[in-house]
Amino acid sequence: MGLMEKFFGLSWGIHPEDHKRPAADAATRTMPVPERLFVSLSQHIGAPARPAVLVGQQVKKGDKLADPQGAVSAAIHAPTSGTVTAIGEIPAPHPSGLPVLAITLESDGKDEWAELQGCPDPFALEPAEISRRVAAAGVVGLGGATFPAALKLSLSQKSRVSTLIMNGGECEPYLSCDDRLMRDEAAAIVDGIRLMLHATGASEALVGIEDNKPEAIAAMSEAARPYAEVRIRPVPARYPMGSEKQLILVLTGQEVPADGRPGDVGVVVHNVGTARAVHEAIRHGRPLVSRLVTVNGACVGQPGNIFVPVGALVEEVLAFAGGLKKTPERLIMGGPMMGMSLPHARVPVVKGTSGILALDAAQVADRAQEPCIRCASCVRACPIGLLPLEMARHIQVGDLKGAVGVGLKDCIACGCCAYVCPSHIPLVQYFAHAKGEMAAQERARLRAEATRKLAQARSERLEREAREKAELAARRKAERAAAAAAAASASPAVTEGAQA
Amino acid sequence: MLAAILSLTILGALLGLALGIASRLLHVETPPVQAELEAMLPGTNCGQCGFPGCSGAAAALAEGSAPPTCCPPGGKALAAAIAEKLGLSLDLSSLTDEGPKLATIAEDLCIGCCRCLKSCPTDAILGAPKQIHNILKEACTGCAACVDHCPTEAVVMQPVPVTLQHWVMPKPLAA
Repeated sequence: MGLMEKFFGLSWGIHPEDHKRPAADAATRTMPVPERLFVSLSQHIGAPARPAVLVGQQVKKGDKLADPQGAVSAAIHAPTSGTVTAIGEIPAPHPSGLPVLAITLESDGKDEWAELQGCPDPFALEPAEISRRVAAAGVVGLGGATFPAALKLSLSQKSRVSTLIMNGGECEPYLSCDDRLMRDEAAAIVDGIRLMLHATGASEALVGIEDNKPEAIAAMSEAARPYAEVRIRPVPARYPMGSEKQLILVLTGQEVPADGRPGDVGVVVHNVGTARAVHEAIRHGRPLVSRLVTVNGACVGQPGNIFVPVGALVEEVLAFAGGLKKTPERLIMGGPMMGMSLPHARVPVVKGTSGILALDAAQVADRAQEPCIRCASCVRACPIGLLPLEMARHIQVGDLKGAVGVGLKDCIACGCCAYVCPSHIPLVQYFAHAKGEMAAQERARLRAEATRKLAQARSERLEREAREKAELAARRKAERAAAAAAAASASPAVTEGAQA
Repeated sequence: MLAAILSLTILGALLGLALGIASRLLHVETPPVQAELEAMLPGTNCGQCGFPGCSGAAAALAEGSAPPTCCPPGGKALAAAIAEKLGLSLDLSSLTDEGPKLATIAEDLCIGCCRCLKSCPTDAILGAPKQIHNILKEACTGCAACVDHCPTEAVVMQPVPVTLQHWVMPKPLAA
């Protein structure tokens, strides 16, 4: 942290109205399992999981439905007991509304767990074994990025991190699922944190909780009291405090290098919800099949936090949360700043769904875009210290390289710039577009390289075949010549013999 | 004798010096731009640009008789790269890049004649006589060389479907 920040407080980020209460104070509810669940095979960063069940197969709750595929992937388990009725495409919870492969599970109404293998004394296990069990339970980062948790654990063990940072920031407005989880299940979270410390080999855990959640801070402090290695650290409420790099900066004073990872400064960041999922997976052997989802927004009948089985439709979750009071202007999965706008409500809840927001027109506040007046509000708001207005100017004219030159790759897409822009320019959408376009160009480049190799291999093959053919022809010719010569040399002998 | 050796040596040294200076002063910068352009092009010699293969296209690009957008399989990305290499300004927004297309084989029409697979510059078509052929999507460059060889019109160029992994957020409309 810079000297200026020490004296004058944090200069980056924004302070939006948080809209977290009264939803955060409402008691947690559990949604009954709907008749049909649509379990997406792409619920994590990385390759989609590969189905491990057949249509018509009976499964128990917690049975594995799909295996991880490739280096970065996660297993997927049955959120309830029942029958697999289909494996096919359904609309993805994504702004594009494109299809995604999913397993349809028809509930038998019993919600019966499969035989689970818990562990009464997990601290006797090898760290690698904990990672293995976390992977087997299909745990992914529940803060929103859905990076496979086991992979992060084993990577941090290899890179020898010293500090485990637990992200309880939950800086997104409207969302309160982490807050609620810390209030209700502090003991489970602290146990999960200790298991993660054991798995990573880190010596201490810093739990960063924004100071607008006094109840969560109190509950977590109480639960962590017996364990000196788990320290609860309130942090100022400021968006995007829950961003990995910002939380590391505030808690340790270290800045993650531009193209680096938290491991480079000896820390690893996990979400508090992930800690609870790790606790469930190791202590009770329960895979990640449900999660706490904040249902909020002016259109929701009874806003609050609900335990939802993975694969339930957003429509059904909204119906359970008291239905819709009016037609929402916008449906959002995740938070209002970084979440995804949904095309409709018939998409399933996935492991990374932290919230479902049904916002009305006043909350959406869509305003017409105006030209940039170069006031540099976005520059002051950017938590990374980039120049959003310059980046957007480059992207507007299709100059992606120029945008990268002024730091596009360091953008964390937090949306602070677009939030503060007095001209309502959708800055962060420009950056999302540019990042997608860059990725597409990179894919095209790799593809062109691969096909060039193939074309070369083909021309080499054709040359080789021609050469072999010529050699064969030459050999045959030589053989024929030799045969003719032999015949010629034999025939004089015959004639000689005849003469004799 | 000595005078002759000396005068010839001096003459040689002076002429050599003059040549050396001239080669420095009158040096003509010949950037190997054609070779660089050829390395950027797909290298499949598909002929869609109308030039004799990728080296022909590179030569035309280098002398300026071909536009940077001449390579259909390269698409927008290659056009931008070529324009940058040649120092041309290129308005990509006007380029209607209808997206890459890949060849597909209609299984009910394929008679297994093996004509298409011989024409493929990247060996992307799998097949054997009287067997239905198939195209390896990863290896197809979309050069359409195979389309004309098919006697039953079973080979069709189709746009690459947009998937969740390849979706790009549309650019916001400017104010």
